[in-house]
Amino acid sequence: MADVTIPVSAPPVHADEALVGPSGPRPRKVISRRNIILYGTLFVVAVYYLLPLYVMIVTSLKGMPEIRLGNIFSPPVEITFQPWVKAWAEACTGLNCEGLSRGFWNSVRITVPSVVLSIAIASVNGYALANWRFKGADVFFTILIFGAFIPYQVMLYPIVIMLREIGLYGGLYGLIIVHCIFGMPILTLLFRNYFTSLPEELFKAARVDGAGFWGIYFKIMLPMSLPIFVVAVILQVTGIWNDFLFGVVYTRPDYYPMTVQLNNIVNSVQGVKEYNVNMAATLLTGLVPLIVYFISGKLFVRGIAAGAVKG
Amino acid sequence: MMDTSNTPSVAVRGVSLNFGAVEVLKSLDLEVGRGEFLVLLGPSGCGKSTLLNCIAGLLDVSAGQIFINDRNVTWDEPKDRGIGMVFQSYALYPQMTVEGNLSFGLKNARLPKDEIERRIARAAEILQIEPLLKRKPSALSGGQRQRVAIGRALVRDVDVFLFDEPLSNLDAKLRSELRVEIKRLHQKLENTMIYVTHDQIEAMTLADRIAVMRGGIIQQLDTPQAIYSRPVNRFVAGFIGSPGMNFIEGECVADGASAVFEANGVKVPLDRYEFAGGARTGKAVFGVRPEHVILGDGAGAMPFQSDLTIEIVEPMGSDSLVWGKFGGQNLSFRIDAERAVAKGDVVRIGFDPGRASIFDAGTGERI
Repeated sequence: MADVTIPVSAPPVHADEALVGPSGPRPRKVISRRNIILYGTLFVVAVYYLLPLYVMIVTSLKGMPEIRLGNIFSPPVEITFQPWVKAWAEACTGLNCEGLSRGFWNSVRITVPSVVLSIAIASVNGYALANWRFKGADVFFTILIFGAFIPYQVMLYPIVIMLREIGLYGGLYGLIIVHCIFGMPILTLLFRNYFTSLPEELFKAARVDGAGFWGIYFKIMLPMSLPIFVVAVILQVTGIWNDFLFGVVYTRPDYYPMTVQLNNIVNSVQGVKEYNVNMAATLLTGLVPLIVYFISGKLFVRGIAAGAVKG
Repeated sequence: MMDTSNTPSVAVRGVSLNFGAVEVLKSLDLEVGRGEFLVLLGPSGCGKSTLLNCIAGLLDVSAGQIFINDRNVTWDEPKDRGIGMVFQSYALYPQMTVEGNLSFGLKNARLPKDEIERRIARAAEILQIEPLLKRKPSALSGGQRQRVAIGRALVRDVDVFLFDEPLSNLDAKLRSELRVEIKRLHQKLENTMIYVTHDQIEAMTLADRIAVMRGGIIQQLDTPQAIYSRPVNRFVAGFIGSPGMNFIEGECVADGASAVFEANGVKVPLDRYEFAGGARTGKAVFGVRPEHVILGDGAGAMPFQSDLTIEIVEPMGSDSLVWGKFGGQNLSFRIDAERAVAKGDVVRIGFDPGRASIFDAGTGERI
């Protein structure tokens, strides 16, 4: 330290000089070019997506004479709920005129068991794949992933035959099984990735503490997995509720889900096209997934992030 | 009654573990005595945590046997092995309270309620976590969490504790506090502890014996002092001690009874050095610890002395690390921080070759 001189402290700063210079948070302009572009784009995109919804709602509240005037953007002069009532309870598909209500209850009876069953199985699958490295786990996983990429159409007819052979073709149970099977690859992947992202030491600690396969699953893993279960529920509810193909292929008309019935109402060729009833029926059918999204949107994003990023 | 006082608490016999083609543990033998504190020390990837997981039963071994308390537990479930384990990331169950965390294992073992309460009360008292029992882990600090994690091993009332780098997630101050606490705990409970770490300070301060590992093989298993002063190879010598040992490359020249180490003209007489197998001529590495090199007045009393030009001074508060050239190679040594030395100074240094270590340049083994 003899030949090197080090300044003891930084040169002192004048007090008034410190007050003049920038200090505290940087001021931001509310109306800047950046903000105009940003909010302008957001506004245009929002209008683009909301306009069709607006037209649907407005049309569904108009009577047929008003619709025939052709002003699809104008609000209803006389608000009527008759189209909604008709869509729900009176619209005819083929011979029966019960409206969408029967399809709604069919869809509920299909969706609820399918969602519960597929998630229950997939979560255990994912847990086993992530934490218990059983023999052949890799092969099993590869096959499962492969399954996610096979187009449904390829398997459509073989499954018809298989269901017929076991006597479940045409009923609700057959369709529920089909939904469970087709939901399995993506759900298992989702759960596996989530459980892999949980710290492995937790699993080890639970094993040292003497918990078994089910003990760890129910007492340690499940309580930590709410976000991913919400994601799975949303995926499955919307997927199964919106399903048209399986519904029309694997069930009899008595058990047609809401989407199939909606199609039959909207595409019926007899008489005049009742646009207001069609709009109301479509809105009714889309209501369930919409409600699910609104209720659990935040959890959905969190769960998707947790399940997707790590793994 | 069988006499159990001489049998080891934990015995690992010929254990190998392969992950596919990768050999993580290579036919490893290890015996841990009753009440012994054994530290597995090594760089990351040396297999020390893997070995601990094998002992715990969390990994299946590819070959070999594991005995705990004289019982072959090679195929037993972790819960049946009579072990408690503490993890680096604490691994507390986030949805349970501290009490729930402590009781989880006991409930799985279907112990009676009053027994569970008694054990939790005892563990909480020993670890001083009574006020935290109703809290969730997220409401605890790092040190408190690790205490709860130790408590979870404690309530199991087992003979063998396994620690997997328990202090690595804590800051330096807490680490040294908990280190002392673990030592105190060991003295109080007197059970066998196997402790994995890559921190040599933890290893030196806690261990009765240290097993230094590399590449799935135990390099040296001995008391901390023996490992420090008589490392069996260059790897162990370099891994233990901070700042690290100086290695001077040169040649060992044996001539009958006396031997000399030569490096670029500097000759160090090795009369005081205890050769492991007898002196022999050949390329060698001379290792001397920075704290064994004395500067100034004290150097005169040392069997070997030399002059050295100071190149770098690193002040560290309690002392300073000084770098210079010795035999054309870097040599560092510690001096009192109060002593004023500067770059360019020529100083007299001395050390005792009897405290040095000499390794074969090729194999790295001690000679």
